[in-house]
Amino acid sequence: MSATARSTVASAPTLGQARFEYLLRLGDTSLVLAQRLGEWVGHAPALEEDLGLANVALDLLGQARLLLSYAGELEGCGRDEDALAYRRDVPEFRNFTLVEQPNGDFGFTIVRQFLLDGLQRELYSALRQSTDERLAGIAAKALKETEYHWRFSSRWLVRLGDGTAESHARVQRALTELWPYSNEFFAADLIDQVLEQAQIAPPLATLETRWQALLEPVIKEATLACPPGRGKLTAGKRGLHGEALGFVLAEMQFLQRAYPGARW
Amino acid sequence: MSAADGLAQHATADEARVQRILAAIPDPEIPVLSIVDLGIVRSVVCSASGVEVGLTSTYSGCPATDVIRSSVLDRLREHGISARVRMILDPAWSTDWISASGRAKLADYGIVPPRLLGGAGTDALDANDQPVACPRCQSAQTERTSEFGATPCKALYRCRSCLEPFERFKCL
Repeated sequence: MSATARSTVASAPTLGQARFEYLLRLGDTSLVLAQRLGEWVGHAPALEEDLGLANVALDLLGQARLLLSYAGELEGCGRDEDALAYRRDVPEFRNFTLVEQPNGDFGFTIVRQFLLDGLQRELYSALRQSTDERLAGIAAKALKETEYHWRFSSRWLVRLGDGTAESHARVQRALTELWPYSNEFFAADLIDQVLEQAQIAPPLATLETRWQALLEPVIKEATLACPPGRGKLTAGKRGLHGEALGFVLAEMQFLQRAYPGARW
Repeated sequence: MSAADGLAQHATADEARVQRILAAIPDPEIPVLSIVDLGIVRSVVCSASGVEVGLTSTYSGCPATDVIRSSVLDRLREHGISARVRMILDPAWSTDWISASGRAKLADYGIVPPRLLGGAGTDALDANDQPVACPRCQSAQTERTSEFGATPCKALYRCRSCLEPFERFKCL
Protein backbone atom coordinates (compact mmCIF):
# COMPACT_ATOMS: atom_id res chain seq x y z
CA MET A 1 0.00 0.00 0.00
CA SER A 2 1.31 3.43 -0.81
CA ALA A 3 1.97 6.12 1.73
CA THR A 4 -0.22 8.41 -0.37
CA ALA A 5 -3.32 6.43 0.36
CA ARG A 6 -2.63 6.06 4.05
CA SER A 7 -1.90 9.58 5.08
CA THR A 8 -3.67 12.82 4.51
CA VAL A 9 -1.48 14.96 2.29
CA ALA A 10 -0.28 17.85 4.42
CA SER A 11 2.26 19.58 2.17
CA ALA A 12 1.43 20.55 -1.40
CA PRO A 13 0.63 17.35 -3.28
CA THR A 14 2.07 16.62 -6.70
CA LEU A 15 -0.39 16.63 -9.57
CA GLY A 16 -0.23 12.83 -9.65
CA GLN A 17 -1.03 12.52 -5.92
CA ALA A 18 -3.82 15.07 -6.22
CA ARG A 19 -5.44 13.26 -9.15
CA PHE A 20 -5.33 9.94 -7.30
CA GLU A 21 -6.84 11.48 -4.17
CA TYR A 22 -9.52 13.28 -6.15
CA LEU A 23 -10.59 10.11 -7.98
CA LEU A 24 -10.81 8.34 -4.60
CA ARG A 25 -13.07 11.14 -3.33
CA LEU A 26 -15.44 10.75 -6.26
CA GLY A 27 -15.23 6.96 -6.42
CA ASP A 28 -15.51 6.33 -2.68
CA THR A 29 -18.47 8.70 -2.40
CA SER A 30 -20.33 6.71 -5.07
CA LEU A 31 -19.24 3.37 -3.63
CA VAL A 32 -20.25 4.08 -0.02
CA LEU A 33 -23.60 5.57 -1.04
CA ALA A 34 -24.27 2.55 -3.28
CA GLN A 35 -23.64 0.30 -0.30
CA ARG A 36 -25.97 2.35 1.92
CA LEU A 37 -28.74 2.33 -0.70
CA GLY A 38 -28.28 -1.42 -1.11
CA GLU A 39 -29.35 -1.80 2.53
CA TRP A 40 -32.83 -0.71 1.44
CA VAL A 41 -33.37 -3.68 -0.86
CA GLY A 42 -36.42 -5.52 0.43
CA HIS A 43 -37.20 -2.79 2.98
CA ALA A 44 -38.41 0.26 1.01
CA PRO A 45 -41.99 1.50 1.58
CA ALA A 46 -43.18 0.25 -1.82
CA LEU A 47 -41.86 -2.06 -4.54
CA GLU A 48 -41.38 0.84 -6.96
CA GLU A 49 -39.22 2.73 -4.46
CA ASP A 50 -37.29 -0.43 -3.64
CA LEU A 51 -36.47 -0.74 -7.35
CA GLY A 52 -35.66 2.95 -7.61
CA LEU A 53 -33.16 2.93 -4.75
CA ALA A 54 -31.56 -0.30 -6.00
CA ASN A 55 -31.22 1.12 -9.52
CA VAL A 56 -29.59 4.29 -8.24
CA ALA A 57 -27.25 2.11 -6.15
CA LEU A 58 -26.32 0.08 -9.22
CA ASP A 59 -25.53 3.18 -11.28
CA LEU A 60 -23.39 4.55 -8.44
CA LEU A 61 -21.55 1.26 -8.13
CA GLY A 62 -20.82 1.28 -11.86
CA GLN A 63 -19.54 4.85 -11.63
CA ALA A 64 -17.40 3.89 -8.63
CA ARG A 65 -15.84 1.05 -10.63
CA LEU A 66 -14.88 3.40 -13.47
CA LEU A 67 -13.42 5.96 -11.07
CA LEU A 68 -11.57 3.52 -8.82
CA SER A 69 -10.14 1.55 -11.76
CA TYR A 70 -8.75 4.79 -13.10
CA ALA A 71 -7.41 5.75 -9.65
CA GLY A 72 -5.64 2.41 -9.39
CA GLU A 73 -4.04 2.82 -12.82
CA LEU A 74 -2.84 6.33 -11.98
CA GLU A 75 -1.38 5.18 -8.69
CA GLY A 76 0.63 2.55 -10.56
CA CYS A 77 1.06 0.21 -7.59
CA GLY A 78 -0.96 -2.62 -9.07
CA ARG A 79 -4.17 -1.95 -7.14
CA ASP A 80 -7.36 -2.50 -9.16
CA GLU A 81 -10.93 -1.43 -8.32
CA ASP A 82 -11.42 -4.46 -6.07
CA ALA A 83 -8.19 -3.92 -4.14
CA LEU A 84 -9.23 -0.31 -3.53
CA ALA A 85 -12.80 -1.16 -2.56
CA TYR A 86 -12.15 -4.20 -0.40
CA ARG A 87 -8.69 -3.80 1.04
CA ARG A 88 -8.55 -0.30 2.42
CA ASP A 89 -9.59 0.59 5.95
CA VAL A 90 -11.59 3.57 7.22
CA PRO A 91 -8.83 6.24 7.26
CA GLU A 92 -7.94 5.43 3.64
CA PHE A 93 -11.47 6.10 2.38
CA ARG A 94 -12.03 9.56 0.89
CA ASN A 95 -15.83 9.72 0.62
CA PHE A 96 -17.79 12.73 1.79
CA THR A 97 -19.01 12.16 5.35
CA LEU A 98 -22.61 12.71 4.21
CA VAL A 99 -22.88 9.43 2.33
CA GLU A 100 -21.75 7.19 5.19
CA GLN A 101 -24.60 8.43 7.41
CA PRO A 102 -27.03 5.61 8.30
CA ASN A 103 -30.18 5.39 6.20
CA GLY A 104 -32.66 6.48 8.89
CA ASP A 105 -36.21 6.50 7.57
CA PHE A 106 -37.12 6.81 3.89
CA GLY A 107 -37.31 10.60 4.19
CA PHE A 108 -33.82 10.78 5.70
CA THR A 109 -32.46 8.66 2.84
CA ILE A 110 -34.18 10.93 0.30
CA VAL A 111 -32.69 14.10 1.82
CA ARG A 112 -29.19 12.57 1.84
CA GLN A 113 -29.70 11.53 -1.78
CA PHE A 114 -31.07 14.92 -2.79
CA LEU A 115 -28.02 16.79 -1.43
CA LEU A 116 -25.60 14.42 -3.18
CA ASP A 117 -27.54 14.04 -6.45
CA GLY A 118 -27.60 17.82 -6.81
CA LEU A 119 -23.84 17.94 -6.26
CA GLN A 120 -23.10 15.11 -8.70
CA ARG A 121 -25.36 16.68 -11.32
CA GLU A 122 -23.46 19.99 -11.24
CA LEU A 123 -20.06 18.39 -10.72
CA TYR A 124 -20.31 15.84 -13.54
CA SER A 125 -21.75 18.52 -15.77
CA ALA A 126 -18.65 20.66 -15.15
CA LEU A 127 -16.22 17.74 -15.32
CA ARG A 128 -17.25 17.05 -18.92
CA GLN A 129 -14.91 19.96 -19.72
CA SER A 130 -12.06 18.57 -17.62
CA THR A 131 -8.61 18.60 -19.20
CA ASP A 132 -8.39 14.99 -18.03
CA GLU A 133 -10.13 13.35 -20.99
CA ARG A 134 -10.78 10.04 -19.31
CA LEU A 135 -12.40 11.75 -16.33
CA ALA A 136 -14.43 13.90 -18.75
CA GLY A 137 -15.66 10.70 -20.44
CA ILE A 138 -16.65 9.12 -17.11
CA ALA A 139 -18.45 12.35 -16.12
CA ALA A 140 -20.40 12.51 -19.39
CA LYS A 141 -21.63 8.97 -18.92
CA ALA A 142 -22.37 9.40 -15.20
CA LEU A 143 -24.27 12.64 -15.82
CA LYS A 144 -26.88 10.88 -17.97
CA GLU A 145 -27.59 8.48 -15.12
CA THR A 146 -27.45 11.21 -12.48
CA GLU A 147 -30.24 13.12 -14.22
CA TYR A 148 -32.58 10.24 -13.36
CA HIS A 149 -31.31 10.10 -9.77
CA TRP A 150 -31.83 13.82 -9.32
CA ARG A 151 -35.38 13.65 -10.65
CA PHE A 152 -36.16 10.74 -8.31
CA SER A 153 -34.83 12.39 -5.15
CA SER A 154 -36.02 15.95 -5.90
CA ARG A 155 -39.57 14.78 -6.67
CA TRP A 156 -39.68 12.73 -3.49
CA LEU A 157 -38.38 15.69 -1.50
CA VAL A 158 -41.29 17.80 -2.72
CA ARG A 159 -43.79 15.01 -2.19
CA LEU A 160 -42.67 14.40 1.39
CA GLY A 161 -41.98 18.03 2.31
CA ASP A 162 -45.26 19.29 0.91
CA GLY A 163 -47.06 16.16 2.09
CA THR A 164 -48.59 15.32 5.46
CA ALA A 165 -47.63 17.05 8.72
CA GLU A 166 -45.75 13.89 9.68
CA SER A 167 -43.78 13.56 6.40
CA HIS A 168 -43.00 17.30 6.43
CA ALA A 169 -41.70 17.14 10.00
CA ARG A 170 -39.53 14.14 9.23
CA VAL A 171 -37.83 15.52 6.11
CA GLN A 172 -37.38 18.92 7.75
CA ARG A 173 -35.62 17.20 10.63
CA ALA A 174 -33.47 15.27 8.14
CA LEU A 175 -32.61 18.44 6.18
CA THR A 176 -31.62 20.27 9.37
CA GLU A 177 -29.41 17.38 10.43
CA LEU A 178 -27.82 16.65 7.03
CA TRP A 179 -27.41 20.14 5.55
CA PRO A 180 -24.15 20.95 7.42
CA TYR A 181 -22.51 17.89 5.84
CA SER A 182 -22.68 19.72 2.51
CA ASN A 183 -20.07 22.24 3.75
CA GLU A 184 -17.45 19.61 3.06
CA PHE A 185 -18.32 19.49 -0.66
CA PHE A 186 -17.10 23.04 -1.14
CA ALA A 187 -14.31 23.43 1.44
CA ALA A 188 -11.31 23.61 -0.90
CA ASP A 189 -8.06 22.07 0.30
CA LEU A 190 -4.66 21.63 -1.38
CA ILE A 191 -5.92 18.80 -3.57
CA ASP A 192 -8.84 20.84 -4.87
CA GLN A 193 -6.52 23.79 -5.51
CA VAL A 194 -4.00 21.74 -7.50
CA LEU A 195 -6.73 20.22 -9.65
CA GLU A 196 -8.47 23.54 -10.19
CA GLN A 197 -5.19 25.07 -11.39
CA ALA A 198 -4.69 22.18 -13.82
CA GLN A 199 -8.30 22.67 -14.98
CA ILE A 200 -9.03 19.07 -14.15
CA ALA A 201 -11.72 19.98 -11.61
CA PRO A 202 -14.03 23.02 -11.55
CA PRO A 203 -13.59 25.87 -9.04
CA LEU A 204 -15.50 24.90 -5.89
CA ALA A 205 -16.92 28.41 -5.41
CA THR A 206 -18.63 28.22 -8.81
CA LEU A 207 -19.81 24.72 -8.09
CA GLU A 208 -21.33 25.82 -4.79
CA THR A 209 -23.25 28.66 -6.46
CA ARG A 210 -24.63 26.32 -9.10
CA TRP A 211 -25.53 23.67 -6.52
CA GLN A 212 -27.40 26.20 -4.38
CA ALA A 213 -29.25 27.56 -7.41
CA LEU A 214 -30.31 24.03 -8.30
CA LEU A 215 -31.48 23.05 -4.82
CA GLU A 216 -33.11 26.25 -3.58
CA PRO A 217 -36.28 26.21 -5.71
CA VAL A 218 -36.88 22.54 -4.92
CA ILE A 219 -36.47 23.11 -1.17
CA LYS A 220 -38.87 26.02 -1.44
CA GLU A 221 -41.42 24.00 -3.39
CA ALA A 222 -41.11 21.29 -0.75
CA THR A 223 -42.04 24.01 1.85
CA LEU A 224 -38.83 23.21 3.72
CA ALA A 225 -36.19 25.52 5.18
CA CYS A 226 -32.42 25.17 5.32
CA PRO A 227 -30.97 25.61 8.79
CA PRO A 228 -29.45 29.07 9.42
CA GLY A 229 -25.66 29.37 9.44
CA ARG A 230 -23.14 26.95 8.04
CA GLY A 231 -22.68 24.62 11.02
CA LYS A 232 -20.03 21.95 11.28
CA LEU A 233 -17.35 21.10 8.73
CA THR A 234 -16.69 17.41 8.27
CA ALA A 235 -13.58 16.03 6.54
CA GLY A 236 -14.32 12.57 5.17
CA LYS A 237 -12.68 13.55 1.92
CA ARG A 238 -9.41 13.89 3.84
CA GLY A 239 -9.89 10.49 5.51
CA LEU A 240 -11.38 11.74 8.80
CA HIS A 241 -14.60 9.78 9.20
CA GLY A 242 -17.29 9.31 11.78
CA GLU A 243 -18.06 5.99 13.43
CA ALA A 244 -20.61 5.02 10.77
CA LEU A 245 -18.15 4.16 7.98
CA GLY A 246 -16.55 1.28 9.89
CA PHE A 247 -19.89 -0.54 9.99
CA VAL A 248 -20.43 0.03 6.26
CA LEU A 249 -17.01 -1.39 5.43
CA ALA A 250 -17.38 -4.31 7.86
CA GLU A 251 -20.34 -5.53 5.84
CA MET A 252 -19.07 -4.54 2.39
CA GLN A 253 -15.60 -6.02 2.85
CA PHE A 254 -16.44 -9.09 4.95
CA LEU A 255 -16.12 -11.69 2.20
CA GLN A 256 -12.79 -10.43 0.85
CA ARG A 257 -11.41 -10.03 4.36
CA ALA A 258 -12.50 -13.52 5.45
CA TYR A 259 -11.61 -15.25 2.18
CA PRO A 260 -8.94 -13.07 0.53
CA GLY A 261 -9.07 -13.23 -3.25
CA ALA A 262 -12.40 -15.14 -3.33
CA ARG A 263 -14.04 -15.04 -6.78
CA TRP A 264 -17.46 -15.96 -8.12
CA MET B 1 -27.58 6.33 -38.86
CA SER B 2 -27.83 3.40 -36.48
CA ALA B 3 -24.81 1.71 -34.97
CA ALA B 4 -25.46 -1.41 -37.05
CA ASP B 5 -25.45 0.59 -40.29
CA GLY B 6 -22.24 2.34 -39.28
CA LEU B 7 -20.49 -0.90 -38.53
CA ALA B 8 -21.26 -2.42 -41.92
CA GLN B 9 -19.43 0.33 -43.82
CA HIS B 10 -15.84 -0.15 -44.94
CA ALA B 11 -15.69 -3.65 -43.44
CA THR B 12 -13.24 -6.14 -44.85
CA ALA B 13 -14.43 -9.71 -45.45
CA ASP B 14 -12.96 -10.81 -42.12
CA GLU B 15 -14.57 -7.93 -40.28
CA ALA B 16 -17.93 -8.65 -41.91
CA ARG B 17 -17.66 -12.26 -40.74
CA VAL B 18 -16.93 -11.14 -37.15
CA GLN B 19 -19.87 -8.75 -37.30
CA ARG B 20 -22.20 -11.56 -38.42
CA ILE B 21 -21.08 -13.65 -35.44
CA LEU B 22 -21.58 -10.72 -33.05
CA ALA B 23 -25.02 -10.03 -34.52
CA ALA B 24 -26.11 -13.47 -33.30
CA ILE B 25 -25.11 -12.84 -29.65
CA PRO B 26 -28.18 -12.00 -27.57
CA ASP B 27 -28.26 -9.40 -24.83
CA PRO B 28 -28.44 -11.47 -21.60
CA GLU B 29 -31.19 -9.29 -20.07
CA ILE B 30 -33.32 -8.75 -23.18
CA PRO B 31 -32.48 -11.80 -25.33
CA VAL B 32 -34.72 -10.66 -28.18
CA LEU B 33 -32.06 -8.02 -28.94
CA SER B 34 -28.58 -8.84 -30.18
CA ILE B 35 -25.65 -6.84 -28.88
CA VAL B 36 -25.37 -5.28 -32.35
CA ASP B 37 -29.07 -4.27 -32.27
CA LEU B 38 -28.38 -2.65 -28.91
CA GLY B 39 -25.63 -0.51 -30.41
CA ILE B 40 -22.96 -1.46 -27.89
CA VAL B 41 -20.58 -2.98 -30.48
CA ARG B 42 -18.66 0.14 -31.48
CA SER B 43 -15.92 -1.22 -33.67
CA VAL B 44 -14.52 -4.36 -35.24
CA VAL B 45 -10.96 -4.21 -36.50
CA CYS B 46 -9.08 -7.11 -38.05
CA SER B 47 -5.38 -6.39 -38.48
CA ALA B 48 -2.05 -8.15 -38.47
CA SER B 49 -2.07 -8.00 -34.67
CA GLY B 50 -5.43 -9.82 -34.45
CA VAL B 51 -9.12 -9.07 -34.04
CA GLU B 52 -10.21 -6.28 -31.73
CA VAL B 53 -13.85 -5.68 -30.78
CA GLY B 54 -14.72 -2.29 -29.28
CA LEU B 55 -17.59 -2.54 -26.78
CA THR B 56 -19.35 0.06 -24.69
CA SER B 57 -21.75 -0.43 -21.79
CA THR B 58 -25.34 0.80 -21.64
CA TYR B 59 -25.50 1.93 -18.00
CA SER B 60 -22.19 2.06 -16.15
CA GLY B 61 -23.44 -0.39 -13.50
CA CYS B 62 -25.20 -2.80 -15.85
CA PRO B 63 -24.24 -6.28 -14.64
CA ALA B 64 -24.74 -7.68 -18.16
CA THR B 65 -21.59 -5.94 -19.39
CA ASP B 66 -19.20 -8.56 -17.99
CA VAL B 67 -21.36 -11.39 -19.37
CA ILE B 68 -21.44 -9.77 -22.82
CA ARG B 69 -17.70 -9.32 -22.84
CA SER B 70 -17.12 -13.01 -22.15
CA SER B 71 -19.77 -14.18 -24.62
CA VAL B 72 -18.11 -12.12 -27.36
CA LEU B 73 -14.77 -13.82 -26.68
CA ASP B 74 -16.36 -17.28 -26.31
CA ARG B 75 -18.42 -17.11 -29.51
CA LEU B 76 -15.54 -15.85 -31.60
CA ARG B 77 -13.32 -18.59 -30.15
CA GLU B 78 -15.93 -21.20 -31.15
CA HIS B 79 -15.51 -19.90 -34.70
CA GLY B 80 -11.76 -20.21 -34.44
CA ILE B 81 -11.18 -16.50 -33.98
CA SER B 82 -8.97 -15.28 -31.19
CA ALA B 83 -10.00 -11.75 -30.32
CA ARG B 84 -9.60 -9.12 -27.64
CA VAL B 85 -12.20 -6.71 -26.34
CA ARG B 86 -11.52 -3.03 -25.78
CA MET B 87 -14.03 -1.21 -23.54
CA ILE B 88 -14.94 2.21 -24.93
CA LEU B 89 -16.33 4.83 -22.56
CA ASP B 90 -16.54 7.93 -24.67
CA PRO B 91 -18.86 8.92 -26.28
CA ALA B 92 -21.37 7.51 -23.80
CA TRP B 93 -23.96 5.07 -25.14
CA SER B 94 -27.30 6.50 -26.18
CA THR B 95 -30.60 4.73 -26.82
CA ASP B 96 -30.47 6.40 -30.25
CA TRP B 97 -27.85 3.77 -31.11
CA ILE B 98 -30.42 0.97 -30.92
CA SER B 99 -30.98 -0.13 -34.52
CA ALA B 100 -34.31 0.17 -36.36
CA SER B 101 -34.66 -3.60 -36.33
CA GLY B 102 -33.81 -3.58 -32.62
CA ARG B 103 -36.65 -1.13 -31.97
CA ALA B 104 -39.06 -3.33 -33.93
CA LYS B 105 -37.94 -6.42 -31.97
CA LEU B 106 -38.47 -4.60 -28.67
CA ALA B 107 -41.99 -3.58 -29.69
CA ASP B 108 -42.82 -7.16 -30.77
CA TYR B 109 -41.49 -8.40 -27.44
CA GLY B 110 -43.88 -6.10 -25.57
CA ILE B 111 -41.31 -3.50 -24.41
CA VAL B 112 -42.04 0.02 -25.63
CA PRO B 113 -38.93 1.16 -27.54
CA PRO B 114 -37.22 4.43 -26.58
CA ARG B 115 -38.00 7.60 -28.49
CA LEU B 116 -35.31 8.92 -30.79
CA LEU B 117 -33.58 11.91 -29.23
CA GLY B 118 -31.83 13.04 -32.40
CA GLY B 119 -28.61 14.49 -31.06
CA ALA B 120 -28.24 16.81 -28.11
CA GLY B 121 -31.44 18.74 -28.87
CA THR B 122 -33.91 16.57 -26.97
CA ASP B 123 -33.70 15.98 -23.26
CA ALA B 124 -33.86 12.26 -22.44
CA LEU B 125 -36.06 12.81 -19.39
CA ASP B 126 -38.51 15.00 -21.34
CA ALA B 127 -38.71 12.33 -24.04
CA ASN B 128 -39.61 9.80 -21.36
CA ASP B 129 -42.44 12.02 -20.18
CA GLN B 130 -44.17 11.82 -23.56
CA PRO B 131 -47.34 9.72 -23.42
CA VAL B 132 -47.09 6.10 -24.41
CA ALA B 133 -49.66 3.59 -25.71
CA CYS B 134 -50.14 0.21 -24.07
CA PRO B 135 -48.20 -2.38 -26.13
CA ARG B 136 -50.99 -4.95 -25.59
CA CYS B 137 -54.27 -3.07 -26.16
CA GLN B 138 -52.94 0.19 -27.69
CA SER B 139 -54.91 2.26 -25.15
CA ALA B 140 -53.54 5.74 -24.48
CA GLN B 141 -54.72 5.49 -20.87
CA THR B 142 -51.40 4.51 -19.34
CA GLU B 143 -49.40 5.68 -16.34
CA ARG B 144 -45.82 5.35 -15.16
CA THR B 145 -45.54 3.47 -11.88
CA SER B 146 -41.77 3.81 -11.55
CA GLU B 147 -38.96 5.43 -13.50
CA PHE B 148 -36.85 2.41 -12.50
CA GLY B 149 -37.51 -1.21 -13.39
CA ALA B 150 -36.09 -4.73 -13.32
CA THR B 151 -33.05 -3.61 -15.32
CA PRO B 152 -31.39 -0.17 -15.35
CA CYS B 153 -32.64 0.50 -18.89
CA LYS B 154 -36.38 0.16 -18.29
CA ALA B 155 -39.23 2.00 -16.55
CA LEU B 156 -42.46 0.47 -15.26
CA TYR B 157 -45.90 1.39 -16.58
CA ARG B 158 -49.49 0.27 -16.10
CA CYS B 159 -52.36 0.35 -18.59
CA ARG B 160 -55.54 1.77 -17.07
CA SER B 161 -57.67 0.13 -19.77
CA CYS B 162 -56.51 -3.50 -19.77
CA LEU B 163 -54.90 -3.15 -16.31
CA GLU B 164 -51.75 -4.97 -17.43
CA PRO B 165 -48.30 -3.76 -16.37
CA PHE B 166 -45.68 -3.19 -19.07
CA GLU B 167 -42.15 -1.87 -19.52
CA ARG B 168 -40.72 0.99 -21.49
CA PHE B 169 -37.10 1.25 -22.56
CA LYS B 170 -35.87 4.53 -21.05
CA CYS B 171 -34.25 7.17 -23.20
CA LEU B 172 -30.62 7.76 -22.35
